[in-house]
Amino acid sequence: MSQRYRLAGAGRVDRSSPLSFEFNGKQYQGYRGDTLSSALLANGVHLIGRSFKYHRPRGIMASGWEDPNAQVQLESGGHTLPNTQATVTELYPHLRATSQNCWPSVEHDVGAVNSALSRFFVAGFYYKTFKWPRKAWEPLYERVIRRAAGMGKAPAEEDPDRYEHQYAHCEVLVVGGGVAGLAAARAAADSGVRVMLLDEQNEYGGALLGSSGESIDGMDALDWVASTVAALRENPKVTLLTRTQASGYYDYNYLVATERVTDHVGPQPTADQPRQRLWKIRAQQVVLACGAIERPQVFADNDRPGILLASAIRHYQHRYGVLPGKALVVLTNNDSAYHTAIDAAAAGVHATVVDVRPAEDIGAADRARKAGVVVLENSAITGVDYRVKRGIRSVAVHRLSPDGESLVGGAMHIDCDLIGTSGGWSPTVHLHTQARGKLHWLDEHLCYVPAQLGGNSNPRRSAGGCNGALGLAEALAQGHAAGSDAARDCGATTASVSAPAAQSNDFTLGKIRPLWVLPCEHPVGMGKKKHFHEYQNDATVADVQLAHREGFSSIEHLKRYTNTGRGTDQGKLTNVNGIALMAQARRQNVPDVGFTTFRPPYTPLAFGAVIGQNTHDTFIPARPTAMHPWHVEHGAVFEDVGDWKRPWYFPHSGESMHDAVQRECKAVRASVGVLDASTLGKIDISGPDAVRLLEMVYTNAWQKLAIGQCRYGVMCNEHGMVFDDGVTTRLGEQHFHMTTTSGGAARVLEWLEEWLQTEWPDWQVFCTSVTEQWAVVSLNGPRARDVLAKLTDIDLDEESFGFMRMREGQVAGVEARIFRISFTGDLAYEINVPARYGRYVWEQVMEAGAEFDITPYGTEAMHVLRAERGFIITGQDTDGTVTPMDLDMDWIVSKKKPDCLGKRSWTRSDTAREGRKQLVGLLTQDPEEVLPEGAHIVSKVLPKPPMEMLGHVTSSYYSPNAVHNGSTGRSIAMALLKDGFARLGDTVDLALIDGRHVRAKVVKPNFLEEAGDA
Amino acid sequence: MLMIDCPWCGRRDQSEFSCKGEAHIARPVDPFALSDKEWGDYIYTRSNPKGEHAERWLHSQGCRRWFNALRNTVSDEFIVTYKPGEARPDTSAAASAEVSP
Ligand SMILES: [Zn+2]
Repeated sequence: MSQRYRLAGAGRVDRSSPLSFEFNGKQYQGYRGDTLSSALLANGVHLIGRSFKYHRPRGIMASGWEDPNAQVQLESGGHTLPNTQATVTELYPHLRATSQNCWPSVEHDVGAVNSALSRFFVAGFYYKTFKWPRKAWEPLYERVIRRAAGMGKAPAEEDPDRYEHQYAHCEVLVVGGGVAGLAAARAAADSGVRVMLLDEQNEYGGALLGSSGESIDGMDALDWVASTVAALRENPKVTLLTRTQASGYYDYNYLVATERVTDHVGPQPTADQPRQRLWKIRAQQVVLACGAIERPQVFADNDRPGILLASAIRHYQHRYGVLPGKALVVLTNNDSAYHTAIDAAAAGVHATVVDVRPAEDIGAADRARKAGVVVLENSAITGVDYRVKRGIRSVAVHRLSPDGESLVGGAMHIDCDLIGTSGGWSPTVHLHTQARGKLHWLDEHLCYVPAQLGGNSNPRRSAGGCNGALGLAEALAQGHAAGSDAARDCGATTASVSAPAAQSNDFTLGKIRPLWVLPCEHPVGMGKKKHFHEYQNDATVADVQLAHREGFSSIEHLKRYTNTGRGTDQGKLTNVNGIALMAQARRQNVPDVGFTTFRPPYTPLAFGAVIGQNTHDTFIPARPTAMHPWHVEHGAVFEDVGDWKRPWYFPHSGESMHDAVQRECKAVRASVGVLDASTLGKIDISGPDAVRLLEMVYTNAWQKLAIGQCRYGVMCNEHGMVFDDGVTTRLGEQHFHMTTTSGGAARVLEWLEEWLQTEWPDWQVFCTSVTEQWAVVSLNGPRARDVLAKLTDIDLDEESFGFMRMREGQVAGVEARIFRISFTGDLAYEINVPARYGRYVWEQVMEAGAEFDITPYGTEAMHVLRAERGFIITGQDTDGTVTPMDLDMDWIVSKKKPDCLGKRSWTRSDTAREGRKQLVGLLTQDPEEVLPEGAHIVSKVLPKPPMEMLGHVTSSYYSPNAVHNGSTGRSIAMALLKDGFARLGDTVDLALIDGRHVRAKVVKPNFLEEAGDA
Repeated sequence: MLMIDCPWCGRRDQSEFSCKGEAHIARPVDPFALSDKEWGDYIYTRSNPKGEHAERWLHSQGCRRWFNALRNTVSDEFIVTYKPGEARPDTSAAASAEVSP
């Protein structure tokens, strides 16, 4: 029969909108307004999945985010969402969901064999098992055990949905739209400040949606909710967001919340709305009104499907008109759960309360008995008769000894098909603790509540259930006060609206009894029954005791040893039980064992929401040069250098990368090549103290550099290590043009500014980035002068325009600066023109060079060409541990200068010692063997690692121009080698990662001369 | 996510700033007058206190200017920000007033 647990006329679902949906391949009916869990319960489906470790059948326990078990795989393909909580998934037409953690089906699960092996799966199992032998790791542990114990499946296809981020600011942010939150928002809004009110549900009301019989300000409580929300909607300074979960609370009142914009309508790839929107909210004041979560009792086999939180049963009854049983037993240690039994009895269900307290402590018994509820005091459930196919059939109940630790007399069996459990309430303090708030243990309520305000960088208040106020009147009063106080602290005038008044005869806790585990016939951990204190990670009371025996008795150790609170539910139901059980094992009071830290997110976030629009083309900004379109048109393959897009090589049709690079390298040395060098970092330096700055940041001397002259320099940090290099040119008496590596431009500018602003603030120097102002065409090769001569009237002969000189003039009619500097060792001109002329001048150069077979080349050929001459690339041939002397560049260190950055460090004992790694060239014995970069040079080849390492290869290429036995073309490499300079001429061994060994001769890194090969 | 008071721009989001380590470590006037140990202290040794810490910050995505801040390394609260060259503010009076009995 369809929906046989749906009550006639009850609940807030829309009976005129029936919806069909599919769970594990079977069709069911529900209504609009249902969640997946309420619709399943209406159809009598309790069994949702299998547990993580033991593969025990598990069902719906709660009605919100706190549920540890009811997780499904929602939909399929790119839209699929694993670990989706059925309790918060709104039903939409043709929803499809499947169970997780089971194979081949949830009823017949092969993995349940784990349960039979449970003595091997105790706490700490992973830590104890996943050690040696390492060979077993991948094939056995990972594949078999992980697979059997997996959660949902990650999507294999790309997510077709759109997600977006939104920033927001407000004076008062209220998290939670139950009575306390509504009262707070109402009070704050009335003072005229900007208010945001967030609620995770699709409608406001919080716990009121799952109760009945209360009224506020003389009207039905839910009518008060509706009129309050309507009034807030009228206020233009109020932002109301439903289906929005605040999941992270960061410093200075910065909160992150996920709005599920279209999840409730199902997969709609063409929707103009995003699937989810991630809100980043900065608030002056925050009011937390997150409510409280009921705690289950820990008793024998307390994880069976059909065992729900008592409050969840009542919630399903009133909100969805679903009461998923015909005979109910409620197990409790406090008064609040009596509502569930009373309301169920009113709906015609046979209801029994098993109360662990003695009769004199029970405040609700009389009203319950009058409503037809059977009340058994001083008793406990000691067993659950459950079958996968038929569900719960009965419970065993015993009377408790006065101390609650043992049983008296024989078992009584009560037939039932639904169990409610209540062990008290846990205020939802997660966001409070994320905001660095401390907690305070209330012994009379057995719960943690927020302590006094911690730190003043997160001004906030807690109100209502999350502050320990479980009754309606108290929650309203706290919410109202928090809202008006928060507004007042933002500078608003006091609210004129008065506090709402509640009329309620609801029970709260009464006199709660702390019995953290209920006994059964066998001691805990013996016999077949299990006492779960944590469901999602299958941790039992016996595991807590084991952890304690093995010395893991700190609460932080317990968390990691048993995984308590580490699932996707973050232990919302169960944390306090775990802590209390450890306190019991340690014979201490609960607050003495401490509390583990809650970390964001409070509820799981979809990766899509975190990523937002930062994907595909909008993942990261791309920096194209002025010539970029030409490169695209001419088939360049691009390389990312920082954010820059640089041509890597320009393949002719059908040409491999290797062939293209060899051709480009040959062409440069044979005739002329052209490189887009626009990405080179460029800094304009001017001012009376410009020379003084250069003298300090470079290792060489700059005083005497003439105007129009260029000089190469390396920069070191104060540790004396090289971090960047480039050519700087004197443009005027107090004016310089500095170049840096393409990737180092921002870092060098920041370095100059750091010293100028923090150490030498009286120096008068301006540093201005001009990287993007200049496009650079770098002409290289013996015919470079012939090409340039066709385009400029500048006299290019050696006398008037020598090496390391700069001339200004026109190139192709465009004002240009030409630098005669070279990164290939060949004749070269770097033509700098204003960026907007970059493409034009490039094209003019290509046209002028046509008769010389001018060849555009990319960064790969640039690397090969510079290595042929032994020129370094900082960051590749250096790594932050290399001095100029280690690079055989003593010539660039001024002996006369009194000081420069890093200079003092070169005489430190470690920097000056023998045996440092030094940069050398390597020639492999087999000239066709190209060494992998990073390959290790070893002192002696052994059959297997470890071997003593002498250094590593920093650059390695096949060079078509390197000279070898009278012909050209061979492998070349550069390496950092211990005592490298003393080993010139030696042969060294390299151990490659594929197990091969290669021998190479140590040489000076200049591969264009035969001498190197001697 | 912190809010940081740039002495030139005002309060801005942390994402605009970079932290640049401990403040008030002056470069020695004559590095060559220092022993290896003393020079090593200058380049390597930092105080790493629990509590109030004077550190350098850069408004890297804003005015690109450097400044100093006193930050509590336990609570992550910024106590005060100030310009380079200014003395470290004395917070001892304010701090002792905050101590509860
Ligand atoms: Zn600034």
